[in-house]
Amino acid sequence: MIRRQTLPDRSGHFGPFGGKFVPETVMAALTELEREYAAARRDPTFRRALRSLLRDYAGRPTPLYFAKRLSHRLGVNIYLKREDLLHTGAHKINNTLGQGLLAVRMGKQRLIAETGAGQHGVATATVAALFGLTCEVFMGEEDMQRQALNVVRMRLLGATVTPVTGGTKTLKDATSEAIRNWVTTVRTSHYCIGSVVGPHPYPMLVRDFQSVIGQEARRQILQKTGRLPDLLLACVGGGSNAIGLFHPFRHDRRVEMIGVEAGGSSLTPGHHAATLMKGRPGVLHGANSLLLQDRFGQVLPTESISAGLDYPGVGPEHAYYQLVKRARYVAVSDRRALQGAQLLARTEGILPALEPAHAIGYLAQAAWRLRRGAPIIVGLSGRGDKDVQTLARHLHAADPRHV
Amino acid sequence: MQQIRATFDRLRHQRRKALIPFVMGGDPSLASTPSMLLALQDAGADLIEVGIPFSDPLADGPIIQAASARALAAGATPARVLAAVAAARPRLTVPVVALSYWNPVAQFEGQPGLEALRAFVRGARRSGLSGVIVPDLPVEESFAFRRIAGREQVAMILLAAPTSPAARLRMIARASSGFVYYVSVTGTTGIRRALPPHLVDGVRQLKLLTTQPVCVGFGISTPAQAAMIARVADGVIVGSAVIRAMAQGTTTSRKISNAAQCVARLRKAL
Repeated sequence: MIRRQTLPDRSGHFGPFGGKFVPETVMAALTELEREYAAARRDPTFRRALRSLLRDYAGRPTPLYFAKRLSHRLGVNIYLKREDLLHTGAHKINNTLGQGLLAVRMGKQRLIAETGAGQHGVATATVAALFGLTCEVFMGEEDMQRQALNVVRMRLLGATVTPVTGGTKTLKDATSEAIRNWVTTVRTSHYCIGSVVGPHPYPMLVRDFQSVIGQEARRQILQKTGRLPDLLLACVGGGSNAIGLFHPFRHDRRVEMIGVEAGGSSLTPGHHAATLMKGRPGVLHGANSLLLQDRFGQVLPTESISAGLDYPGVGPEHAYYQLVKRARYVAVSDRRALQGAQLLARTEGILPALEPAHAIGYLAQAAWRLRRGAPIIVGLSGRGDKDVQTLARHLHAADPRHV
Repeated sequence: MQQIRATFDRLRHQRRKALIPFVMGGDPSLASTPSMLLALQDAGADLIEVGIPFSDPLADGPIIQAASARALAAGATPARVLAAVAAARPRLTVPVVALSYWNPVAQFEGQPGLEALRAFVRGARRSGLSGVIVPDLPVEESFAFRRIAGREQVAMILLAAPTSPAARLRMIARASSGFVYYVSVTGTTGIRRALPPHLVDGVRQLKLLTTQPVCVGFGISTPAQAAMIARVADGVIVGSAVIRAMAQGTTTSRKISNAAQCVARLRKAL
């Protein structure tokens, strides 16, 4: 079980996971970030500024919505934590506002970001515009094609979107390229990592900024039902929205937590992104965590219908939760994620992004084990506008009558 | 480890600076790697750095990234690169050090945790390697590996950067063995027209903190740049320029002679 003292430890480790595995050039910047963040979190001015931006600019608190028709259909009481209603359309803005304020505090003039689905890129570009910083977003060429809408949004916000053509042309290579750029411009740029991955202090920093999701959800469910939920359900790529929801419940032993990974087209190597299920310990992008890799330590390609989950690594805190059995991780295939998106759209009039559609896709299976009427909170991390073309293409192929 | 020390001692007596070319093991092929190493030695290398390819080389620019990808496509694995060095060993007189990212080392031969490190270090020593460089393993995370390497008399060469504050430089210099690898630029490996103006001061500062040899790498490509750095450093590391010259050859033997010519030109300038 998770020890009561706060994780990570001083050197940035969550049990055997975490740490700092980066070129020496950026080590000083990580130390600076650690120091500044420690000072900022104690500083009432910083906290007030972040709180007011989250409320007035991003639109917090987000509702915890009781999905009545979906609940009726599945026989459990489903509450959706509506991060899709935030400014820019996903939970990513919670983190970029926090890191943006930190960057300004550190006197940095430029933000660097990587993005898969584009939601983190849009959130970073938004915050850069808000604070008057320049912004460069690295994005895999394949992701730029499947998330063309978000590319346009980033450019409209004044960001430079740099296509990454190496390797798999997805999030993994965008992250590598962002780190390379950071190594080069470390004195003037802040690397705004979008998930609970990367070297210490990022997994801690991003988790803290995203924990607002779980803090609100905990308060809201107690208000609505007078009790804690039986289950928390959230999708996991790098794992920021899931950690944001899980972390404030970590000491509530009775609350079960399930992270839903991208099962892709099948769970054979190279065709999924289910790192917690199929990965082994390894180091990628600055942290020791679980990793999809071959026998020789080379990182394997991944596959997922959702660009945001298409990543061979995962946050070290999730690897730790799995190790100590505080959370469980499952995978949902592309096909079931598509069905999940459609189910939520038709029963509740909410079109989710393909990432949280994985969590919706797992609901039926989760509900089956639970008693009737058991309360469940599902992290609805983002809205589906960006995925409309992908949805149309796949649903049309499956059944021409549909779209 | 002793071989590296002996090399720098000899060079100091001769008032010469070390020329350290870098090539990727398995590029263009595993079969060509032993002849490549021998050709570099004949062209005047004092020490050779051989890369173990990784799918995600964070500290490398496009030229070495491409070399990594070619080597992986050619079937290079850590054990096969070590075997290629071993094959050249009987005729190699210069020390060879391996450069690898942490993950392939930490997964060596599919073993878990420390077992992998022990197997890797033992394998390196048996293949006649004198040291290892792991660019994404900072001094804080390197303790276990340094202990294992030390026991097997394999040097663990650590990197120092222009952004490292004095306290870190001191810690790195103390923990590094063989030599200290000073990164000349804030950036990735690659060819640069100009080197940063504070480079000389940075190297001098590091030299004041340690009695170990200090070698400078990243961004150095021309004989003039090498000569400039050799005035303050004990050695010059050149990677991308050698690999670019190599890659322009059309046949394997052309590739090897191109790389050797590049090294010979640098040798003349030192």
